[in-house]
Amino acid sequence: MAKKRKPKLAVWKFASCDGCQLSLLDCEDELLAITDHIEIAYFPEATRAVVKGPYDLSLVEGSITTPHDAERVHQVRRSSKFLVTIGACATAGGIQALRNFKDVNTYITAVYPTPQFIETLNKSTPIADHVFVDFQLRGCPISKFQLLELFNAYLNGRKPNIPQYSVCIECKRKGTTCVMVAQGIPCLGPVTQAGCDAICPSFERGCYGCFGPKETPNTHSLAERFHVLGEKEDDIVRFFRGYNSYAEPFQRESIAHEKKSQV
Amino acid sequence: MAHQVRLTLDALQSLIDELQSREYIVIGPKIENRKVVYDEIAKIDDLPAGWSDEQEAATYRLHKTGSPALFDITHSMNAWIHHLYPSKATLLKASRENSGFTVERMKEAPPKYALFGIRPCDLEAMKKYDRILLKDTFHDEIYKNRREKTFIISANCTRPSGTCFCASMDSGPKATSGYDLALTEIIRDGDHYFIADIGSESAQELINKIPQAEASADDIAYANSLIEKAREQMGRTLNTGNLKEILYKNYENTHWDTVGDRCLTCGNCTLVCPTCFCTTIQDYTDLTGSNVERIRQWDSCYNNEFSYIHGGSVRTSSYARYRHWLMHKLATYHDQFDTSGCVGCGRCITWCPAAIDITEEASAIRQHSITV
Repeated sequence: MAKKRKPKLAVWKFASCDGCQLSLLDCEDELLAITDHIEIAYFPEATRAVVKGPYDLSLVEGSITTPHDAERVHQVRRSSKFLVTIGACATAGGIQALRNFKDVNTYITAVYPTPQFIETLNKSTPIADHVFVDFQLRGCPISKFQLLELFNAYLNGRKPNIPQYSVCIECKRKGTTCVMVAQGIPCLGPVTQAGCDAICPSFERGCYGCFGPKETPNTHSLAERFHVLGEKEDDIVRFFRGYNSYAEPFQRESIAHEKKSQV
Repeated sequence: MAHQVRLTLDALQSLIDELQSREYIVIGPKIENRKVVYDEIAKIDDLPAGWSDEQEAATYRLHKTGSPALFDITHSMNAWIHHLYPSKATLLKASRENSGFTVERMKEAPPKYALFGIRPCDLEAMKKYDRILLKDTFHDEIYKNRREKTFIISANCTRPSGTCFCASMDSGPKATSGYDLALTEIIRDGDHYFIADIGSESAQELINKIPQAEASADDIAYANSLIEKAREQMGRTLNTGNLKEILYKNYENTHWDTVGDRCLTCGNCTLVCPTCFCTTIQDYTDLTGSNVERIRQWDSCYNNEFSYIHGGSVRTSSYARYRHWLMHKLATYHDQFDTSGCVGCGRCITWCPAAIDITEEASAIRQHSITV
């Protein structure tokens, strides 16, 4: 029986912290099993050896923040059969998308001694704003288990079991007592997509929204509840301006409260 | 006629000891990290003596009372369902072999639980589960095997919480059937004891092994008076009169929009509800594609994917999902299972982060009912 050719994997980086790529290396126990079935062809974070493209599966980390990257992402798309964005930067613009709510030039002049050397875009944008994306893995960072499930589904030609419901579902399945109801801690869980196994509420912290908006998030109603818990308008702006601040539902909610706080 | 005995605190400890000697895992309320959980207890000191709860819409707070009462906390977020109908279970495993494949159905050695201090509302919920999952035509293997082994020590309520309305749903505050033992806690004239109603032969056999005295008529009357007082102090009420018909007439009531604006579709109400039983089943392959596991997990009708059929989800808006849930609890459950889908435990009110109150919503629909 002829051995099936292993699909070629490429891991690309744009503006990001590399944490999501590290999730792949974090698959320690499963990493060898993965390489049995997938050829790691381009992964500069792990190896200098490069196998030429095109690639069957591309994982893309990071957001688009420079004119150069806005060009490069098209080359990545051209050399990828199946393109998956990984993490909050690639799917929503990341923490660096906080610049999108201000004029980037004010930062450049404040941070760099010679601002004329800096060539950057005014906004940090997700990969899907530039090229067609086949699938997205959320999170800051992504979940190792979801990454494995993605490989698994990809290799077996099925849809990955990646739920889009709220973090609350994970809390309740685990039996974790609700931090918002029992302790009055504001929590983004009810509007945030599951996937992290509700880490923060399990340690008595409110959810920070790392996995971005769930399907049909009712951010307005949750913000109303934050008011009842004593949060002020500018606090609510900050809740929604985290790693997924530029994801549309969070973006809209934070802008609404920013306007109110300025009245 | 069931007979009733008087048990001291020490006798209650002996009861736990006896259960443990019969290899029961005793599950009861206890405080962990300042939160009440329903989990394994070894001794009576594990019970939350001197703690009480305050429950309101979207609020649950514990406080110390100084009273020695063991059962002053009405109930925790988690019902017994975690133990009898686990949130995650592997149903089967299959592996590829040459030209075919083999399937192995998972059979668990069911844990043997003694549920200590479960409330009458939760007991009623278990009867609904029995009705649904233990039918002659269909039974759920995991639930059936665990349920059959379970020993139930119910605790009648002498203090309802702010979101309780079991009296309206005829499912409390007194356990009427389905228990092995039903306790009523009494603290009177410096005495702290329990009146235990014996509901099964195995309970009688257990009681014979521990120190006990026949309950006096006065004790029984006093216990009943405490329960009656609780019945009058319910935090909420729900008028169930003609409710199913009213709801059916009001599918298009504009009030659903109002509550839909508040609903987070987070699913909390369904997963704390002791009569909700929906699950989702998914198959997980391994990297080789030669092995697969079929996993069942609790699901919620508030998830968009829940109503997914070819082409999309049926209920995409929050109002449609809320309406579907409330309708099931208070109307369609009657048609499906010939009983209400609500026991009035009030968990959905307490644990809704948006403070949506099923009793308020049902009464708003009644008030603004479309007349046909």
